Amino acid sequence: MYPSRFRYEAPRSIAEAISLLSDGGDYAKVLAGGQSLVPLMKLRFAAPDLLVDINNVPGLAYHQADSDGTLRIGALCRHSDLERSELLARTQPTMAAAAPLIADPIVRNRGTLVGSLCHADPQGDWASVVLSLGGSVVAQGPAGRRTIPMADFVTGPFENLLAPDEIAVEAVIPPAQGARSGGYLKLERRVGDFATVGVAVSVETEGGVVRRAGIALTGVGGSTIAATEAAAALTGQPLTAESIATAAGLAASAARPRTDHRGSAEYKRHMVATFVERILSRPSAEPAERAA
Amino acid sequence: MTMVYADRGDETAAEVPMRRIKFTVNGEKKIAEVEPRLLLAHLIRQGLRLTGTHTGCDTTNCGACTVLVDGQAVKSCTMLAVQADGHEIQTVEGLATASELHPLQEGFKEEHGLQCGFCTPGMMMAAKALLDRNPDPTEEEVRWALSGNLCRCTGYQNIVKSVLWAAEKLRAQAG
Amino acid sequence: MSQAVDEIKIGGIGASRKRVEDNRFIRGKGNYTDDIVLPGMLHMEILRSPLAHARIKSIDASKAWDIPGVHLVLTGEMMATRNLAWMPTLSYDTQAVLATDKVRFQGQEVACVIADDPYIAKDACEAIVVDYEPLPVIVNPVQAVAEGAPVIRDDKENQPDNVIYDWEVGDRDGAERAFAAADVVSKLELHYPRSHPSPIECCGSIADFNRATSKLTVYMTTQAPHIIRAAVAMVAELPEHMIRIISPDIGGGFGNKVPVYPGYVCSILASILLERPVKWIEDKSGNLISTGFARDVYLKGEMALRRDGKILAVRMHTDADHGAFFSDAQPSKFKIGLMHSAFAAYDIPVAHLTARGTYSNKAPGGVAYRCSFRVTEAMFFQERMMQAAADDLGMDQAAFRRMNFVPDEAFPHRTPFGFLTDSGQYAKCLDVGLTAIDYDNFRDQQAQARSRGRLLGLGISTMTEPLGAGNSREYDILGIKMFDSAELKVHMTGKAIVRTGARTQGQGHETTWAQIVAHELGIPAEDVVVEEGDTDTAPFGMGTYASRSTPVAGAAVAMVSRKIRAKARKLAAHLLEVSEEDIEWELGRFYVRSAPDRGVTIQECAVAAYANMPDGMEPGLDATAYYDPPNLTWPFAVYIVTVEVDPQTGVWDVLNMVAVDDCGVRINPMIVEGQIMGGLTEAYAMSNMQFITFDADGNCVGANYMDYLLPTAWETPGFELHSEVVTPCPHHPIGAKGIGECAAVGGPAAFVNAVLDAIKDTGVRNIDMPLLPDRVWEAVTYHRDVSGAPPVRSDD
Repeated sequence: MYPSRFRYEAPRSIAEAISLLSDGGDYAKVLAGGQSLVPLMKLRFAAPDLLVDINNVPGLAYHQADSDGTLRIGALCRHSDLERSELLARTQPTMAAAAPLIADPIVRNRGTLVGSLCHADPQGDWASVVLSLGGSVVAQGPAGRRTIPMADFVTGPFENLLAPDEIAVEAVIPPAQGARSGGYLKLERRVGDFATVGVAVSVETEGGVVRRAGIALTGVGGSTIAATEAAAALTGQPLTAESIATAAGLAASAARPRTDHRGSAEYKRHMVATFVERILSRPSAEPAERAA
Repeated sequence: MTMVYADRGDETAAEVPMRRIKFTVNGEKKIAEVEPRLLLAHLIRQGLRLTGTHTGCDTTNCGACTVLVDGQAVKSCTMLAVQADGHEIQTVEGLATASELHPLQEGFKEEHGLQCGFCTPGMMMAAKALLDRNPDPTEEEVRWALSGNLCRCTGYQNIVKSVLWAAEKLRAQAG
Repeated sequence: MSQAVDEIKIGGIGASRKRVEDNRFIRGKGNYTDDIVLPGMLHMEILRSPLAHARIKSIDASKAWDIPGVHLVLTGEMMATRNLAWMPTLSYDTQAVLATDKVRFQGQEVACVIADDPYIAKDACEAIVVDYEPLPVIVNPVQAVAEGAPVIRDDKENQPDNVIYDWEVGDRDGAERAFAAADVVSKLELHYPRSHPSPIECCGSIADFNRATSKLTVYMTTQAPHIIRAAVAMVAELPEHMIRIISPDIGGGFGNKVPVYPGYVCSILASILLERPVKWIEDKSGNLISTGFARDVYLKGEMALRRDGKILAVRMHTDADHGAFFSDAQPSKFKIGLMHSAFAAYDIPVAHLTARGTYSNKAPGGVAYRCSFRVTEAMFFQERMMQAAADDLGMDQAAFRRMNFVPDEAFPHRTPFGFLTDSGQYAKCLDVGLTAIDYDNFRDQQAQARSRGRLLGLGISTMTEPLGAGNSREYDILGIKMFDSAELKVHMTGKAIVRTGARTQGQGHETTWAQIVAHELGIPAEDVVVEEGDTDTAPFGMGTYASRSTPVAGAAVAMVSRKIRAKARKLAAHLLEVSEEDIEWELGRFYVRSAPDRGVTIQECAVAAYANMPDGMEPGLDATAYYDPPNLTWPFAVYIVTVEVDPQTGVWDVLNMVAVDDCGVRINPMIVEGQIMGGLTEAYAMSNMQFITFDADGNCVGANYMDYLLPTAWETPGFELHSEVVTPCPHHPIGAKGIGECAAVGGPAAFVNAVLDAIKDTGVRNIDMPLLPDRVWEAVTYHRDVSGAPPVRSDD
């Protein structure tokens, strides 16, 4: 309930934040939404020496589409901004399905998508969504900016590729290669629960043929899993009951779940397959439910 | 908080970094000197002696600590007091005016929306954030907006009725 | 021409009076323990064991003492020098305050730090180094009695194993004969998992020992302040009159705030040593992992049946996992509480129950969480057994229950376990419930849905339960009889104050006790203030839990009001200058029988008690009444739930939930409904998502709100409540029965029965609660029963 002591800085620019991180010493963390970090600190599972609070840096709260359809989400864009976003509702079915399922409505007012990606919790929902969309994270450090594909960004549970003096300033979703469809289904026992199983599916179709697909899995392995074979099984052909079933089976095989109090490994694999089928068999215009 | 320690003659006391913050609470401007690790909930309860905001868990689930920061519902146990610098906080004590209860407070009493009362301030603040944004919510929308606040006593049915009662009164007041 | 006051208008019985306590709660002006600040107050944090069973080799607190702001570090060794390392429990066992030789459950208290603020106290706890030597762990009763099992309570003399008690009740031979003659025998075995009351407010205390006056004042989250005063007097060896326990506003109790916790004892000792107030407020993890849990009972039973559906006999055996210490608050005569109230609603000639209790490496407890002393387990098993038996017979669920109900004309009825149920209209309640859920229509819908591959189910739970412990012949806790009391003082202007030995935690006593006074005396409820919780001023009572307050304390309020009325009658006769025999009473007023226009109000009598007494009468208008209930009260309920189960995912949703509760006379219908809805939510929670379990190493799964799941407003279904059936309690002064726990007692079986009904075609007989999606899926997919008993399954 009570964090251990730390130093705190509240810079007003990214440059200042980077410089604080560079000088910060052994163990510094960036504070954005704080809805993952502060709880860890209260339980003393995390005890940084320095917190660099970026909430006072202007110009980071955006989410917007470029003219070519690239979607950019700033570091201080909150989950609730995305939940209420008309842009997402119109153009990003997988993201729109996931946004209401993050934590609970009050936590969503503070928590950020970019922060969630950086936190790299294997049970984090956004990582699967961004992975399924082929997204990236833009990092800024003393040497400038670089773009890190989501597939490379997470290096282990709660570990990411950022250097100690780098800050993630933006998440980027590439433009679609056709009409977008897809969704996110999450088996949570109640609002605010971590996913027992979460599945993000994104499909881009042109001329009746799937040009690009992405499937990623939450909570069924040591980290978010990109079910690349399953996605590949959908690509280059129309979506049919057969291709969906194949993809569902491959996605289940890609999962590495553990048997625990949330269910058997067999059940979790089965749910992966079930979710893939349900997302792909239902029109993407329908709003997502929690499970089924 | 003024700290007085027993002088044991050695110099093991590390300097405790403090920060000065300025913020508004229930319309009143305040200055405070706080340790960075102080949680906003504790600034409110111990620093400001506004004990209507409660703490009920240690994993950001129960929502008993919900306040409004710049009009948005926030779990004050998961925000640092230093982060309140430059912002406006509203707690349950700021709901009523000098002469009148807020319709939410009236609604909770009219519709028996509380029993032990411990979750109630958090519920009302979360409900206020909803009604500020959506003055005519459906029952479903109320349940969704309150799904970050736990109650053990009421079974929620009367809480929902209380919020809808308040929504109707607020709409009538707005004309 | 009656000049009686209108009872509903003055807030008497039957008025849905808005609650008095709301006025402060809605303003955020409640006075909960953590809101209280005393001058010079220090803060205490507890260091807990990470291991479930381990020898303590050493504790090094030197670095903790060095942290600026730390005043005291207490360890078990220090407590032992003061004879406080162990304390007696409410069940005649002993419990560690701070561990000395071993830790016996994960989360057990090992040391505590008292500092200027809780942040520093926590820093200091982290600086304490404890060296543990792990020991083998026991997490269920089978392991507890297995060959070679480690003895957990090796601190006790005459404790060679892990068995706490063996107990039995009923007629073993009679039952055997009945089973031998049965046409059909139905069997059922299940585990009622460990749950936790988890009120939102955690436990805590502020101990304030005043050296100058030698008085100890303790503010404490307690549902039973007088029991605590007696316990503290025993444990701390302080004289009872120099101990004051104040129970301020409590943020939910549900039985979690009855036991005496080590944190209270440590805060008291710390205050005595430091001569300053010491506040201890636990965090939610501490609360879930160490304080009084509920249930964790393995139940098995069988039913002897005649072919036409008549129940001939019941046999039950229960194995209760009590954790590391036997610390339940329950009537001392009954080792497994009122488990033997099972099947009380049914006319069964003979029954037999055996019960065993064992120790394990888990937190102590078992009796809590709206259980009415294990009645939750009893009624859950009863209704699950009824469902299984009806299925075995091929009978309709409602018809099977109806034909076995104790009929209306058979009351008072002696159950085969010796209880005397006093009243009921069981069949009528069932009729109301079946109509409300549109039973026949539902069965049609269910059949049609099944043909289209959709699984709908309906579950029934009917029960009567004993509430209001209890009469002094049979009920006591630590030898103290379970009466309750009320003191009523009427002031000269006819306003009044009533104090009782109960302690509300949200049940609305400040509102409802005044309604009883209004009912008896015609004084408007708003003219009566209610106080509870301070042992210096409240008359002695055994506290509020097990739904006992309306039956016992409420009865005391009625009786003390009648004492006042009896004295007021004499004052009225004096004022009206007639003899007492000529006086009649209508609500709020005495009048002359032969001249009804000549009368005096109760308020006028109050003035007279101070200003115009008859010769020889003691002035004033006060009285105290102690109530020893002649029997328990027996509310009755029917709960019916309909669900839809998704066989592909195991997720199930509630379609409808109907509750028909007969709790006799309802003092405040609005409050009664609130209690029922709260209980139904807990029933839903336990059946759907909420439980505590353990892995093979004794690690607790469910020691925080991320793992211990309480449903939110989003998941919780809506409830349809019915109050048409009212059977007043024949022995209660105002005909009321208890109600607070009924829905939590009877509700869970309705949900479970509904899910099992939906998947009836699989032949699955039991899925242990909570019916998590993976369990339901496993049952549906493999057509097999699913158990949930610890240790939790893992890959290892």
